[in-house]
Amino acid sequence: MTPDAALAPAELVARRPSGWSRFATLILADKKALVGLIVLSVLTFAAVFGPLLSPYDPNDMAFDMILGPSWAHPLGTDDLGRDLLSRLIVGTQVSLFVGVSTVTIALAVGVTLGVLAGYFGGWVDHVVMRYIDLQWAFPNFIIAVYLVAVLGTGLVNVIVAISLAFVDDFARIARGMVLSIKQEQYIAAARTVGASNFRIMWRHILPNATAPIIVQATVSVSYAILGEASLSFLGLGVEASTPTWGLILAESRSFISRAWWLGIFPGLAIMLTVLSINFLGDALRDFLDVRESRSL
Amino acid sequence: MTALLEIKDLVVEFATESGSLRAANAVSYDVSPGEIVAVVGESGSGKSVTALSVLRLIPEPPGRIAGGEILFQGSDLLALDDEAIRRVRGKSIGMIFQEPMTSLNPVLSIGRQMTEAMRLHLGLSAAQADQRAVDLLKMVGIADPESRLKAYPHHLSGGMRQRVMIAMALSCEPPLIIADEPTTALDVTIQAQILELMKDLCRRLGVALVIITHNLGIVARYADRVNVMYAGSVIERGPAQEIYRHPGHPYTVGLLNSVPRLDRPRGSPLEPIPGNPPDLVSLPPGCPFQPRCGVATAGCADALPGLEAVAAQHWSACFRSRQVYEGALT
Repeated sequence: MTPDAALAPAELVARRPSGWSRFATLILADKKALVGLIVLSVLTFAAVFGPLLSPYDPNDMAFDMILGPSWAHPLGTDDLGRDLLSRLIVGTQVSLFVGVSTVTIALAVGVTLGVLAGYFGGWVDHVVMRYIDLQWAFPNFIIAVYLVAVLGTGLVNVIVAISLAFVDDFARIARGMVLSIKQEQYIAAARTVGASNFRIMWRHILPNATAPIIVQATVSVSYAILGEASLSFLGLGVEASTPTWGLILAESRSFISRAWWLGIFPGLAIMLTVLSINFLGDALRDFLDVRESRSL
Repeated sequence: MTALLEIKDLVVEFATESGSLRAANAVSYDVSPGEIVAVVGESGSGKSVTALSVLRLIPEPPGRIAGGEILFQGSDLLALDDEAIRRVRGKSIGMIFQEPMTSLNPVLSIGRQMTEAMRLHLGLSAAQADQRAVDLLKMVGIADPESRLKAYPHHLSGGMRQRVMIAMALSCEPPLIIADEPTTALDVTIQAQILELMKDLCRRLGVALVIITHNLGIVARYADRVNVMYAGSVIERGPAQEIYRHPGHPYTVGLLNSVPRLDRPRGSPLEPIPGNPPDLVSLPPGCPFQPRCGVATAGCADALPGLEAVAAQHWSACFRSRQVYEGALT
């Protein structure tokens, strides 16, 4: 609380930068966030233009099997003679898409459930919490495996399965935040001006709960990519003809002693993505926290 | 003149582990248009609970409005459905809370919070609401209002935040504002400014004001009429000056003796009221103040005194109110 800030002269106040330029400043000042942004931009570019960028057809078994990295094949070839770099580039699309879309779905469903439960309490809370307890009793991955087994394999089913497995994490966090925020006096104050329940939840409570939800979301993107990888590893992922990072990693298992590159490079791709998302998530959290803004 | 707000025999109960607690026990008071009414009492006397009941903001459960009527402009607020009471909140009755530090949402800009009620109730466009917010901030004495709209609560001092709260309460031009301990959290110099501002604005705009407070200094200076509450009931009511000079209830006498006053000789000791407020779960059958009262008689523990007139427009709920009023018992 700085009393000087309250007395800031008008010129200082008027020069408050817009949202975009403020975000840009923040990113440029934060080296980790900058790295994250650059890596994610490259990955997104690869995801969109993957087939055009890859040096070879990812499914073309035209080369010698299990070649180490060389100029012709920077990341080597796999057991069927396919170019690993091409497969990784093309696989970016599915891996990123699964990671982002599952978290978006899980966040939307989970936060909605959690906010409703925390805000209304009573039987709504009981129903939601019992469901969450039930889900919590099983490891997320077991739930995803079970759902894919029921729904069948394929991209959409994998996304549905992984997002449902993550719903409880978001619901629990959102509920906890709402339980504490709804006790605040500014919520009572919002009620005294005639705001409806929906409005109070959406406009007054949720903006105060973003920080832990963003953290959970960035962590979950990582787990979702790994989840897809794990499902693929078990043969429960996307169709075998689609190269995904997880699938490539899974296939490398049998050759791990003879061909280190088959496992290391898809693993590195996953790690880089996850790390970048975490860096960027931290920056986003700082950006959204207006309480951190010192003066206007 | 017909009353703007009339609270009749309001009973509010809270379920607790040791039984049902009567936070408001047949509270009645009224407010005329444009009038400033103070409600005075210790913590737990039921003054805030009564005020929150007017806007139906008692959390249910554990709270429950068990009886009575709250008439606002002739219609019973307790009979309204959720939708209808929402249209009353902010539009017809504004509310100002005790803690300006916590009454503003920390992550929303001042402008966004101020315009909410106006857009909800007056149907203003974003630009119109912003313009009106600027006018309101000017009215409550905030410099450079245009840029303040973009500020967040932590950029403002406590006094400025309370000014913002006042501006918000006035935004839809409600005929009544309820201020629950509006200055308790502010330092003394700011307190006077804020109270002056509230009084001045209410007089100018013809808004009635209910000030809930435990500070009798505020009462003497700013209120037209006073209701003194004890253990969930109004025990004395009358014009502010009159009650200050000729209190008609031993509790009010005790309150007045326990605050420093400039009209007393310097160095005279403050006399606290002995004992504690009664347990609201199991109230004794007689006068609730009787165990702490210095002038109680044998009959006080058996029967509950009702409000009786001691002078014109001045009532007191004490069997010996006449003697107290005349100063015969001190």
